[in-house]
Amino acid sequence: MRVTMTVNGAEVTKEIEGRLLLVHFLRDHLGLTGTHWGCDTSNCGTCVVRMDGEPVKSCTVLAAMADGHEVTTVEGLARPDGSLDPVQQGFMECHGLQCGFCTPGMMMTARALLDRNPDPSEDEVREAISGQICRCTGYTTIVRSVCWAAEHEAAERTSAAADQVKEEV
Amino acid sequence: MTAVEEEKPVGHGRMLRKEDPRFVRGRGRYVDDVQLPGMLHLAILRSPMAHARIVSIDTSAAQAHPKVVAVVTGADLAEKGLAWMPTLSNDVQAVLATDKVRFQGQEVAFVVAEDHYAARDALELIDVEYDMLDPVVDVRSALAQGAPVVRDDLEDKADNHIFDWETGDADAAEAVFAKADVVVTEDIVYPRVHPAPMETCGSVADFDPVEGRLTLWSTTQAPHAHRTLYAMVAGLPEHKIRVIAPDIGGGFGGKVPIYPGYVCSIVASLVVGKPVKWVEDRSENLISTGFARDYIMRGEIAATRDGRILGIRTNVLADHGAFNAQAAPTKYPAGFFGVFTGSYDIEAAHAKLTAVYTNKAPGGVAYACSFRITEAVYLVERIVDCLAHELDVDPVQLRLKNLIKPEQFPYTTKTGWVYDSGDYEPTLREAMRIADYDELRREQAEKRARGELMGIGLSFFTEAVGAGPRKDMDILGLGMADGCELRVHPTGKAVVRLSVQTQGQGHETTFAQIVAEEIGIPVDDIDVVHGDTDQTPFGLGTYGSRSTPVSGAAAALVARKVRDKARIIASGMLEASVADLEWTKGAFSVKGDPERSVTIQEIALRAHGAGDLPEGIEGGLDAQICYNPENLTYPHGAYICVVDIDPGTAQVKVRRFVAVDDCGTRINPMIIEGQVHGGLTDGVGMALMEMISFDEDGNCLGGSLMDYLLPTALEVPEWETGYTVTPSPHHPIGAKGVGESATVGSPPAVVNAVVDALKPFGVRHADMPLTPSRVWEAMNGHAKPSF
Repeated sequence: MRVTMTVNGAEVTKEIEGRLLLVHFLRDHLGLTGTHWGCDTSNCGTCVVRMDGEPVKSCTVLAAMADGHEVTTVEGLARPDGSLDPVQQGFMECHGLQCGFCTPGMMMTARALLDRNPDPSEDEVREAISGQICRCTGYTTIVRSVCWAAEHEAAERTSAAADQVKEEV
Repeated sequence: MTAVEEEKPVGHGRMLRKEDPRFVRGRGRYVDDVQLPGMLHLAILRSPMAHARIVSIDTSAAQAHPKVVAVVTGADLAEKGLAWMPTLSNDVQAVLATDKVRFQGQEVAFVVAEDHYAARDALELIDVEYDMLDPVVDVRSALAQGAPVVRDDLEDKADNHIFDWETGDADAAEAVFAKADVVVTEDIVYPRVHPAPMETCGSVADFDPVEGRLTLWSTTQAPHAHRTLYAMVAGLPEHKIRVIAPDIGGGFGGKVPIYPGYVCSIVASLVVGKPVKWVEDRSENLISTGFARDYIMRGEIAATRDGRILGIRTNVLADHGAFNAQAAPTKYPAGFFGVFTGSYDIEAAHAKLTAVYTNKAPGGVAYACSFRITEAVYLVERIVDCLAHELDVDPVQLRLKNLIKPEQFPYTTKTGWVYDSGDYEPTLREAMRIADYDELRREQAEKRARGELMGIGLSFFTEAVGAGPRKDMDILGLGMADGCELRVHPTGKAVVRLSVQTQGQGHETTFAQIVAEEIGIPVDDIDVVHGDTDQTPFGLGTYGSRSTPVSGAAAALVARKVRDKARIIASGMLEASVADLEWTKGAFSVKGDPERSVTIQEIALRAHGAGDLPEGIEGGLDAQICYNPENLTYPHGAYICVVDIDPGTAQVKVRRFVAVDDCGTRINPMIIEGQVHGGLTDGVGMALMEMISFDEDGNCLGGSLMDYLLPTALEVPEWETGYTVTPSPHHPIGAKGVGESATVGSPPAVVNAVVDALKPFGVRHADMPLTPSRVWEAMNGHAKPSF
């Protein structure tokens, strides 16, 4: 069957089997290997991508179900000018990753969390990433990474608002 | 957005990781990311039975599948002499079963197909007829008369016994137990668990029939050792085998052994002449790759009435599964379990251990165990708490009374281990300070009075990491030394090549820091190469927290070797004698005339450039070294865990966890903290949630993440860490290993906390994992052992 979807801003059309999982479509058909596959029971969340803005476990979505939808993967997380998303920056600053295998999924969830809740508490961050497993970090530094991103985005917003005021003046 | 400006240290100190920029962009390169032209996919058919004779295998329907290229059975491999392979313990393991299957999940046949989905389809088309046999599941009855024999493939093997091992002095132990005021005995089980790295195991084998050359991308923690073993198994010469360990998504010991899947992918590529990829799924990983622990221990401790520990002894039954494949140095069949006397100065010790075959997956040494030290530390820290319970004294006071004193180091234990250094009491005091121990005890007393269940658990451990001196330690005859090579390029940039293999521990950053510290070249100007056997010097790989002790020493010494040569070149450039030169980080200058100086970069250019060099000095600025450690390093730590237990549901909540580690010189404190956090999470997982168990038919009951429970962000607290610094006197930079300390040290702290909370119920011991049902049983007076 033929599917068409927007992946990281670009439209792609492919001929696929109906049973193909989205995670394999992204990795094997599009070469977007940042999204990983860590379990077979939908528990680990290393495969999390965003579909129409919502984090989904792409091992539990058929590629055919993404037909007509917009998918963002870790490769599409950086800003259009190529600079890193604050979430990516935060994970580096706060040592929120070690082997890097859970990192893409964790960051996609964190991005979705900050989009709907720009100032989450630590408990809210823990809740948001509770569908995901990390074996290296023990989570504390991941929580710090997400909070770092939230603080820096808030600072960016403040400074952008100040610039706006300056321009208006 | 720009990163927070931070001055990078030229050497040791907190520094962000060089690995991260690729990982946060999804540009890591893990085995399953490897795509080669014409690559085929391999899937393995696994046994549904724990113990059964193979009557027949019909592959005709699978062969007929339009996308299938090959179907291979054990009989096919037997024709080539490849049906069995040596294990890291000098046993043999079936690559594909020939005579019978010996554990559920064992490899029976494999399919090579054009894509992964078709390969899985074809597995369904293979028809195997089995003749069921009684399985050996309970290790306690595995040696009984008439028990089914798991390993009838071994000549004259009529029972399930693998080996006996003992250490210490039985008579001396008997004597102190006879004179002791108090003897406490407890049966303590360390259940079977699994390291479960987020990335499973896999490989891509690419055999080039023209050059007779095999390239293998593989999830291996020990690429050089694997290459040697493949040379033995496949009959290819080592110089025609290139093993590449790319980025690895966590190892935790699970990627040290050689698994049949790797060998199958090699055989498949040899047979079909194309690259073949094998990547297992999670359930295959959990049921068939190396498990950890599974020690059933009877611990005994003898003491005086006033709390002086006299002796410790133990009897252990070790379940090794169907093949003895545990990764341990040849002379140490029970790993380093001999350090079970812990951090205490005692008069006598003795251990006896028997290892046994059962119808379960092979393994044993994995999951940050440092070669069975998890078991040793769990035993001693649990039995010391049992003694504290018996004497009704505070477990902190009991430990303070018995800790080895700083002036006693190097300290030889009653089982012959020579602890290099330690200053234990300040470490324990630091943990008590951070946790505010006295206040916690006051809070607990108040809560107890109200009927609330709060527990405080302590663990004080001594690790033994950095295997090891080659006179004693080898894996399959390969000495446990590690190579390191350093090349300084003409413009003063450098590349350092390691024999060890990071799986997330940050070697690309910290090894650059070690070299930078010694030679003054900025960290960003030093690239670290690892994991490619064609590119790196020989060595034994990363496990047992051995990278810093062995390879880290090699990196420091190779840099010093280059610096020694640079000094001679500098003497020529400065027209001064070598003895008159002074090294300040990054430059040599003439003593008393600091204006006359040359930087390491200037020296590098001269070493490669025009003009004469001092007599006898070759051009270039490179060096190589193979480091043979004189001893292990013995880091230590003090951990305090605080739990609350819901009296209605018996659910344990870890409220706080304080970990103070001492690993000597700290290369990068940020990375150490991350290592500790990860290990503490393992510890909470093992203590409260994780277990691979089996039913009476040998069915694995922990074969997916639905049942094998790993902690999420909701089950663990915000970790609190601290440190003290007691350098290793024999290590070139005073650094000890640390990666596994938290996994080793934390389970007893959690269990001690839970048992402490249950003190009002008279509970002295309960086995991991302390799930709500297990805690409930303990509260109600019938704690059951873990099997």
